[in-house]
Amino acid sequence: MDAIFLQILNGLDKGGAYALIALGLTLVFGTLGVVNFAHGAIFMVGAFCAVTMEKILTISAKVKDPSVTFFDAYKETPYLELWFGKTGSAIIDWVVPISIIVSIPVMLGLGILMERTLIRYFYKRSHAEQILVTFGLAIVLQELVKTFFGANPIPISAPDIVAGSAAIGSWIGLSDAVVYPWWRLIYLLFSVVIISGVFSFLNFTTYGMVVRAGMADRETVELLGIDIERRFTIVFGLAAVVAGLAGVMYTPILPPDYHQGMDFLVLSFVVVVVGGMGSLRGAVAAGFLLGILQSFSSMTEVKSIIPGIDQIIIYLVAVIILLTRPRGLMGRRGVMEN
Amino acid sequence: MSENKIIRNVSRRTVLKGSALTTGAAIIGATAPMHFIRNAYAADSFRGDPGSGKSIFLGFNVPQTGPYADEGADELRAYKLAVKHLNGEGDGGMLNTMKPNNLKGNGILGKKVEFVTGDTQTKSDAARASAKRMIEKDNVAMITGGSSSGVAVAVQGLCQEMGVIFMAGLTHSNDTTGKDKKRYGFRHFFNAYMSGQALAPVLKDEYGTDRKAYHLTADYTWGWTQEESIKAATENIGWTTVNAVRTPVGAGDFSQYITPVLNSGADVLILNHYGKDMVNSLTQAVQFGLKDKMVNGKKFEIVVPLYSRLMAQGAGDAAKGILGTTNWHWSLSDAGSQAFVKSFGQEYGFPPSQAAHTCYVQTLLYANACEMAGTFAPWEVIKQLEGYEFDGMGNGPTLYRAEDHQCFKDVLVVRGKEKPQSAFDLLEVVKHVPRAQVEYPADMFGGELGPYKV
Repeated sequence: MDAIFLQILNGLDKGGAYALIALGLTLVFGTLGVVNFAHGAIFMVGAFCAVTMEKILTISAKVKDPSVTFFDAYKETPYLELWFGKTGSAIIDWVVPISIIVSIPVMLGLGILMERTLIRYFYKRSHAEQILVTFGLAIVLQELVKTFFGANPIPISAPDIVAGSAAIGSWIGLSDAVVYPWWRLIYLLFSVVIISGVFSFLNFTTYGMVVRAGMADRETVELLGIDIERRFTIVFGLAAVVAGLAGVMYTPILPPDYHQGMDFLVLSFVVVVVGGMGSLRGAVAAGFLLGILQSFSSMTEVKSIIPGIDQIIIYLVAVIILLTRPRGLMGRRGVMEN
Repeated sequence: MSENKIIRNVSRRTVLKGSALTTGAAIIGATAPMHFIRNAYAADSFRGDPGSGKSIFLGFNVPQTGPYADEGADELRAYKLAVKHLNGEGDGGMLNTMKPNNLKGNGILGKKVEFVTGDTQTKSDAARASAKRMIEKDNVAMITGGSSSGVAVAVQGLCQEMGVIFMAGLTHSNDTTGKDKKRYGFRHFFNAYMSGQALAPVLKDEYGTDRKAYHLTADYTWGWTQEESIKAATENIGWTTVNAVRTPVGAGDFSQYITPVLNSGADVLILNHYGKDMVNSLTQAVQFGLKDKMVNGKKFEIVVPLYSRLMAQGAGDAAKGILGTTNWHWSLSDAGSQAFVKSFGQEYGFPPSQAAHTCYVQTLLYANACEMAGTFAPWEVIKQLEGYEFDGMGNGPTLYRAEDHQCFKDVLVVRGKEKPQSAFDLLEVVKHVPRAQVEYPADMFGGELGPYKV
């Protein structure tokens, strides 16, 4: 029971990450009809917002290290610590939450810039051309990051206060051995909040309703005198913010590197296809479903029956779903079927 | 009639001209291969032969991208330093401490050492392609580098086929000098079996004999052999193995492999991971509270059998108190280590990693063997390296065993330091395990070296 509970939690946590990326991908596809292969790179750029913020907060003074006698070595002490002592250390410790706030305008700006300068010229072009141009854009973004930050992963820590594990087992009457890292619980909560926020925005605001109307029938909305293209630009920016925030929040779980976006891109496309192209609810449901399946397939009991299943489960499920429901779990008729 | 006419028209001069032309053509035809593609036919020709050129080229094939890029960057720094020292620049580093030493600081056999680099990407196919390019296009006499056993085995195989010496970089799998050993491949780095033999007695002293171990293992040649060696060594001291789970290389998030450990009844987690994978799995294991956990009435322990300072740096606080083994550490006080650390530190501002050390030593050993052989012909250089005994290079008296091309030297058991005194002071040496304790029969891991001439 303990093991099953932990794997469900683990799956939800993984699923939260998949769902967040797939949500942005589906949002762009559903509104603009663009297959955005640069979406993974946007997730990676979000993660590097946290890295950049960390670099800024830890700009340091070099002081000679007397403990190294073989050669001239230097200790680096951040100016924030030199100037503000413990307060400075606390600011550095809270780099991830600070980065979340900073990354919102940055990612919104990046998304709008991408849409206005490149993506909009490809609305009426074939999906193959969209894929080529966005894939090229992804490579450009990751090479830029590699040039500035190098190829190696850069560790970023969660604030000390949430660095340990929560004794979640004892809360719900399970064994004391059932513990789960605080930051992963926060990530799960964060993904639920963001997903709810996006759904609420689309369903309960006039702006969101117009966007949905535009998704369903763009021509009619335009005939009503609404500048739908402008709203779609904002939607592209919103998708970039969602992916960027997912990236920032993921940094304490996985040290970011320039290639991280590509690793997640393949997974999130599988999630979108399984959920159904253009279906927001499908993307979220598929994200959590695949996360949970991936966790369970890693259990020793499962692997002893089908060795190596943990490494192929996502693709296996995608094949089965596409054979039985070619439009995915919640796919709509007519999407990418012309 | 017409026949006679033809015969009559052929003069004696024409016959002589024709004979001369035929003889000339025959001579040119017979000697042409010697002139134009001499290396393809002559029995003593070899790839990478600098001929009458003023320089000898070495190929540094290291991971510049991918999960082991940190080690790769440090390897390249060490190679550049070795080239400097071989060419008589800088302070000479280990050239001043190496015994016996035939190097004069004037390149190798009087030729200036130059190098080309390649990116293995920590992928066997990319590493082979990069090595092949350096051999065929850059005419390198020796290939060296790498931070993965999968890559080392693949490149070593290629070098054997092409007749170019491969001085392996960081490779820890038993297979490299075991079932996949090659006449043209040499490894200075220690291996998984040696890690097990060195580590087990320390684990027994520190954690006792009644322990239940859970292995997480990188799913490729190095991980498999390390798991096998550490399992055997820990079971020898009375430990039981609860489970051994294979994880994909570059998995990133290891949470689904770590959560089953919590309820497995195991009280030790052994991470057969290296590089970025080890940083991630160790950090995440600590996030899951494994370091503070009590199981079976004992404190839960994490062990990383193959450790490095770069990994400890990446893992940060998570590495504190964790036991493992290492080939070499910059804090060693012998003259060779100090000379190398001083040169490296002055050049780059921080101490070298174990990967840098092994690559630096390998380059010097190759150069020294060429000097001893008096030629770059690989079969002669190989003969000099086989059974070569040396000292003054950081690990005490060392033997390059002729039967499997594995170096035998002291092994270090280290622990992540609880209170580091500097940014580099991350590991403390717990024990110097003498060479005799980690030796094993040459045929233990099988394999055939293959021919001297290919």
